[in-house]
Amino acid sequence: MDSMERTFQLHVPSSTENLAMIRDFVGSIADRAGMSPGEKVKLELAVDEACANVIEHAYGSDGTREVTVKAILDAEAVHIEIVDTGRGFDPTMIKEPNVEELMKNRKSGGLGLHFIRTVMDEVQYQIVPGQKNELRMIKRLKKKEPPSDS
Amino acid sequence: MANSFSVGKSREGDISVLSLQGYLDAHTAPQFEKIIQEEFDGGRYRIIVNCAGLTYISSAGLGVFMSFIEDIRAAHGDIKICNVSETVYQVFEILGFPALFDILPDQESAIRRFFEVPTKED
Repeated sequence: MDSMERTFQLHVPSSTENLAMIRDFVGSIADRAGMSPGEKVKLELAVDEACANVIEHAYGSDGTREVTVKAILDAEAVHIEIVDTGRGFDPTMIKEPNVEELMKNRKSGGLGLHFIRTVMDEVQYQIVPGQKNELRMIKRLKKKEPPSDS
Repeated sequence: MANSFSVGKSREGDISVLSLQGYLDAHTAPQFEKIIQEEFDGGRYRIIVNCAGLTYISSAGLGVFMSFIEDIRAAHGDIKICNVSETVYQVFEILGFPALFDILPDQESAIRRFFEVPTKED
């Protein structure tokens, strides 16, 4: 049984054009973890949404800053940490979006956090405004059926 | 990373068909938004979005559909979505899109749907 923890890190400039690179990075971690295509896209989505929020909100679309994505893979789960040094926010103030209400008001903001909460098993924030914001998320690996003893 | 996202445009009678290629994320969503806006400004309110070539969508992409649909339906049009891959459909489901939009298996069915239900009711 391989229980060794493996850590991977990606540092990219805070521009939305790098979201594709971030998804590729996370996708390759999902492949190493043996995730199904459906689980893989959920992991990519959560990290994409989190990084898009960092770029647009924490850094106010200033492309000269840096986003760090750290992935720790063990036998049980993929642990993701996303670190930025931009403006923090109070995650408890972000309400669950009412999609029909948003459509009526021709709005679409605030969906990212909803996506993250929906697709990840655990989500935690550590916000120190102006210094360091850290989002930690966990996606547990689905247990494979044990091989039969026949 | 050239051509990460593109939109092909064609017409089927008075229906505009927008065929998406590549990925729709926070970087590429403004391009899609611009094209839907052009259709709207041109008075073309019957729109099919063919997702056969769409490899990925995030909330920014879904947001484009959400921010236009009320105005398009108010003008007696609609956006019908077709040829959605399993992984993209999974993202649509997170926001309950299957109840809010007509999502059809292929373009022919989407065209037919416009004759059956020109504007989906809320």
